[in-house]
Amino acid sequence: MAAPGLLDQLAVVLGRAPRKRPPSPAAAAIALAKRGKTPKKNELLAEIGHAHGIHTWRNRRWAVLLGVNLLFTLSFWIDIQVLEGSLTASRLLGFHLADVYSSLLVMLAQRHVAVNLVIGATTIALFWGLVGGRSFCSWVCPYHLVAEWAEMLHLRLARSGRIRDHGIHRGVRVVFWLVFAALAFATGQTLFLALNPIGILSRLLVYGPSLALGWVVAILLFEVLYARRAWCRYVCPIGLTYGILGAKAPVRVTYDLEVCAHEGECRKVCEVPHVLDLTIKGRAEEPKLDVGPDCTRCGLCVDVCPTGALRYELKGVKRLL
Amino acid sequence: MSEAPPPAKPARPRLSRQQEQRRTILRSAFLTVGLLLLQPLAAIPIVRRLRDRLRPPGALEETRFLGACIKCGQCVQVCPVQAIVLADATEGFGIGVPYIDARQQACDFSCDALSCILACPTGALSHELKAKEEVRIGVARLARPDACLARRGEPFRGLARGNSFDGVLRYEEIDRWNAIPMRDHAYDRPVCDLCVIECPIGEQAIRLAPLDPTDGGAEGLFTPDVHRGCVGCGVCEMVCPAEPAAIVVDARAVFAGHGEEPRRHRDRDDAHEDDS
Repeated sequence: MAAPGLLDQLAVVLGRAPRKRPPSPAAAAIALAKRGKTPKKNELLAEIGHAHGIHTWRNRRWAVLLGVNLLFTLSFWIDIQVLEGSLTASRLLGFHLADVYSSLLVMLAQRHVAVNLVIGATTIALFWGLVGGRSFCSWVCPYHLVAEWAEMLHLRLARSGRIRDHGIHRGVRVVFWLVFAALAFATGQTLFLALNPIGILSRLLVYGPSLALGWVVAILLFEVLYARRAWCRYVCPIGLTYGILGAKAPVRVTYDLEVCAHEGECRKVCEVPHVLDLTIKGRAEEPKLDVGPDCTRCGLCVDVCPTGALRYELKGVKRLL
Repeated sequence: MSEAPPPAKPARPRLSRQQEQRRTILRSAFLTVGLLLLQPLAAIPIVRRLRDRLRPPGALEETRFLGACIKCGQCVQVCPVQAIVLADATEGFGIGVPYIDARQQACDFSCDALSCILACPTGALSHELKAKEEVRIGVARLARPDACLARRGEPFRGLARGNSFDGVLRYEEIDRWNAIPMRDHAYDRPVCDLCVIECPIGEQAIRLAPLDPTDGGAEGLFTPDVHRGCVGCGVCEMVCPAEPAAIVVDARAVFAGHGEEPRRHRDRDDAHEDDS
């Protein structure tokens, strides 16, 4: 499962389109054996329809997401003091945790290394380095959840033809990452933390309602009416940071060329469909592949795949056993 | 789009791949510029100093403080009297940054340990402070002398802020460790001196002095007299029975000298710039 290399994968995270390469002999042999045997889409329809009703992973994920955010809320409201603070920085039973990119911005703005932030950010980086960087997005981030609901609305409107999705180049996410960091260093202020819908929602869940919710609604409206999942796909530097940190994470969604029907339902539900380009016929370079680092491990593709070609895997566990 | 119409099918509604790509780039540029234009917008409340906020103990100089705060709210969580609240979007870069509204709930140091400073992960609340006496949130000032009961020689009996006030205060003689609602504590003072007796710092910060004859003083008339030790915690502002409060805390003001008006932070910032 070597190809593509880590640098190639990171380049895709940074905005390059995934490249088409010649398959390995093993992958070519499988493709040849499958020729003429993969079920056509209309043959799969019943299967696909059934799969669209499966929400196993989505429900588990939503439960975890709500649970983590509830832990923040309850720690304050009924003072259980387990997870105090909000998603930018907190303490878990007294131990510092801090969002990596937010910490970086604050230290750039201050031009000062704050020890507690370094401790908190390192802990968080190690954790997501293991569990899979952008797992933060789909399993913890409260904005991700409301964006998922907005996406449902967007898709419904798009189906009726009233709106359409306008593509934006993923490379702008890197521009934002760099510009927000440069601005923090140059101005001493953290513009991104003022705009950050994750911080706004996280604080709202803990400390009560705020007018800043209007900004979150504005972003959601932009996503519903103009560009699907725009914040998560094209802007969020927090997601980009975790994507890179989790590039070698053992928790992956993996792809099995042999059973894939190439009907493409997975790419339709995916927040970051470029990571699933490997499911297009003729694109998989190896018989079994890991889905790239930009994958949020949300499991929507795992739920929707009619043939079971995409599934969660914990790399290295088989070797340990 | 007139420069490159698809030659074969001029009425084709779909864009060519090249056009679609060009539009994607344009949209990307608009999105980038649009989001970054919010930067000056978020700076307006700071540059114009729309609000003078009392910041929690140990806060760095205002602009540095705003940049150093990671907006997590841990200071809010540890404060036993919940004096600290987070600012809303109307404060631009100040969104999510903690402040104290002393009239609603002042910092009475009933944590005894400057818990907010200990909780701050970034050092926006400076860890260099070790005791409440070192705190400098601002300086108290008798803003409405005519409303001050002591200056009229009037007593004060009853609830300082009435029955519906939610603020709490620690009365050491009642409960050494916990603050109680102010509406549960009635006063009976021959001359109103609540700001003086409830000051967590004591006579280094505020004393009741006879009102000077040059100031309309006479037998039995007094005035609260702020001293160098004032930390700006705002308890005097919270307990003042006059409505609105006769004594208020000027955020980030510096004690200028006995009997003089405290210097406002603007002056101090100017002086600061002169230094550098």
